[in-house]
Amino acid sequence: MTTVPSVDEREQLAALRAGDERAFAALVDLHGAAMLRVARLYVRDRAAAEEAVQEAWLGVFRGIERFEGRSSLRTWLLRIVANVARTKGVREARSVPFSALGDDGPTVPEERFRGPEERWAGHWASPPDEWGRPEQELLTAETRSRLAAAIGGLPDAQRQVISLRDVEGWSADEVCNVLGLSETNQRVLLHRARTKVRAALDEYLTESET
Amino acid sequence: MSVDELTCKELVEVVTDYLEDRLTPEERVRFEEHVAFCSWCRTYLEQMRETVRLTGTLAEDDLSPEARDGLLQAFRDWKER
Repeated sequence: MTTVPSVDEREQLAALRAGDERAFAALVDLHGAAMLRVARLYVRDRAAAEEAVQEAWLGVFRGIERFEGRSSLRTWLLRIVANVARTKGVREARSVPFSALGDDGPTVPEERFRGPEERWAGHWASPPDEWGRPEQELLTAETRSRLAAAIGGLPDAQRQVISLRDVEGWSADEVCNVLGLSETNQRVLLHRARTKVRAALDEYLTESET
Repeated sequence: MSVDELTCKELVEVVTDYLEDRLTPEERVRFEEHVAFCSWCRTYLEQMRETVRLTGTLAEDDLSPEARDGLLQAFRDWKER
């Protein structure tokens, strides 16, 4: 991801400073959905997230003269909305400190593997159950709702990372920039989140097969 | 079994590093050699890929038209000041 504003972004900024409403509408259409998604990481209610987006834009108008162009315009916008929404989330007492990685230790239960004294130590004690269905069949409303529930139940930092990476398809760089994470922490959080979501899917897909 | 062979238990902890292409070339070779011979880890790896694919189908909504109109109004108010 670019770390400074592109030529396009410089033009958009100049138009915004000049009060060009069409330029503003274009920016809202380009980044509004991403801003909403970032806001929803911190406040779970949609109305509160839309409020955060609006507050963020008011902050942008106030700060537009001071924007120094050390990050891309998109990153700047997303960081502002993340800050606004984080503050709102704290006020709503729904948020926990972001810094924690959530938990630690192995992500797949120890008992799934042979113990250190056994032959083939560290190998699977029994094979992972096959999901055994074509992808199209996995994609039911029920699977989606199980997935959404599994993601919703993750510790905040893990939920935020998997939502942006795997639900929204953002790059690791962009997620690190917006959430203020190191590359390593981002990857650890993603790993824990994916492992748990896989386990939840596994439980659902293998239970309904027997 | 040689000393530096990756175990299944170790493999599941580096599967994201593998999918994110963050393993060193040596680690990558160990990973791929293990997967080539271990069908259970192949199943696990494939399920992790499937999990990522399925998660990608959970699309979120865009900004509502009302919220967009609200923003345009806020912009006009700001311009007038």
